[in-house]
Amino acid sequence: MKFERYGVGIAKGLGMTMRHLFRAPITVQYPEEKLKISKRTRGNELVWFPDRCTGCGTCTKACPQGNIVLVTHRGEPNKFIVDKFECDTGRCIFCGLCVESCPYNALAMSVKYECAKYRRGDLVLGKEKMAVSAENRPSAYCRPQFEEGLPAQSLLLYNREEGGQKLKFIPLSTRKRGSHA
Amino acid sequence: MRLTLDGEVITDVEPIVGYLHRGIEKLAETRTYTQIIPLTDRLDYLASMTNNVAYCMAVEKLGGIKVPERAEYLRVIISEMIRISSHLMAIGSFLNDCGAFFTPLLYMWREREKILDMCDMISGQRLLYNFMRVGGLSQDVPAEFITSVKKFVAEMPRYIDEYNQLVKENEVFLARSKGVGILPKETAIAIGASGPVLRASGMKWDVRKMDPYSVYDRFDFEVPTGQNGDCYDRYWVRILEMTQSLRIMEQALAQLPAKGPICADVPQFFTLPAGEVYGYIEAPKGNLGFYIVSDGSIAPYRLHIYPPTLINITAFADMVKGWKVADLILTFGSMDVVLGEIDR
Repeated sequence: MKFERYGVGIAKGLGMTMRHLFRAPITVQYPEEKLKISKRTRGNELVWFPDRCTGCGTCTKACPQGNIVLVTHRGEPNKFIVDKFECDTGRCIFCGLCVESCPYNALAMSVKYECAKYRRGDLVLGKEKMAVSAENRPSAYCRPQFEEGLPAQSLLLYNREEGGQKLKFIPLSTRKRGSHA
Repeated sequence: MRLTLDGEVITDVEPIVGYLHRGIEKLAETRTYTQIIPLTDRLDYLASMTNNVAYCMAVEKLGGIKVPERAEYLRVIISEMIRISSHLMAIGSFLNDCGAFFTPLLYMWREREKILDMCDMISGQRLLYNFMRVGGLSQDVPAEFITSVKKFVAEMPRYIDEYNQLVKENEVFLARSKGVGILPKETAIAIGASGPVLRASGMKWDVRKMDPYSVYDRFDFEVPTGQNGDCYDRYWVRILEMTQSLRIMEQALAQLPAKGPICADVPQFFTLPAGEVYGYIEAPKGNLGFYIVSDGSIAPYRLHIYPPTLINITAFADMVKGWKVADLILTFGSMDVVLGEIDR
């Protein structure tokens, strides 16, 4: 190995890492500190609006996994009554196509994301678990009407004062752009 | 990968693929055209958006669907963003293989994280976006996204300078990567390599320039090439490509129509006319193609994926024969291999 420039390049690189010692961290301590997730987040559960659902079954057809079970019976004239509405989130890929396809806005993705369970059976969501409630809130994925109540996403791109996620971080290199090309 | 060694010198290499085979091509035959889009996310999972774009463009080509202007520009912006993120990952893991243990990788992940944040903002997930639809995008981007991208484009060149300062002149890195794992231009063309691997060998070939799809013919950018086709050139071409991507993003942001439809009028379930189509784009890793045979039903009769990484890796045995085991790690890192794409 030839050190033609007597290790100047190595020293430069080490100088860069050295300067990084003195900046604020950009990581967060996860379980204690939590970032604000995206408004359109596709969380690990579905939110179902029972009063809007007509039982048409478009969501079951749209699901790539064939994962949504919908059983209805005919009640009053021209009205389906939903007997069973089930989604196995263990098999769900959270693509959001069911939400996108729903013609009556009766289905939305949830904002929940920590949904580890001890038993596989607990992952199967029934009518009660999916129904909209204070805990089971809808996200704005394909449903812009829910955008208002949700907190703004914390982006690494911005500093904390600008609504970003962490302390101020200043890029260290001050050269003009394009000079490296 | 099965190696035959003579001491520490490699005499033969046989890449053994198939451990991540998920049967995506077969699964696609049982799904409607819209339902295949989440499957394409799982090909090259570091650059899902470009997979979606490639597939949607193939379907649009067969169906004769016209994509609205705003959607085209947003597709360009998003795919260039993903190209930068994919290259950051490629360079970072390559430097990791060089022995620059995790410091450059984590510096690059910082910028990649910003891109993933922005993709999360528009699509709702960080990695498997499922954002493109046949005929446009699934939903319009928030106004916040455009300002974020503008800020990102303005900041990114300084970070690229930072990466250059880290390793570009490092003698150990130069000694390890220059002249190692050479892929000659003729071999690269003969095997059909594409992407940065081909361009590092000195061949000026980029689908965005040679066969402009979408609105790429409206932008002014260069196709960076290397000279020797060694590991260093593959690294350097990726760095240069990132600056070109920023240039494209800047122009696309300036030309982006402020309002307008973002998706053509395409229903959730639709049929395509019977026939065949091959649509291909320049994905971050090379020429990504989708070959669709339709029999007129709501699902394709056959879907074939032409992945760039699988084609590039066929040159791998020639590149490392006669080199030492440590150079094999380096060469493999410089190929930017994503196994999700190789095995499908």
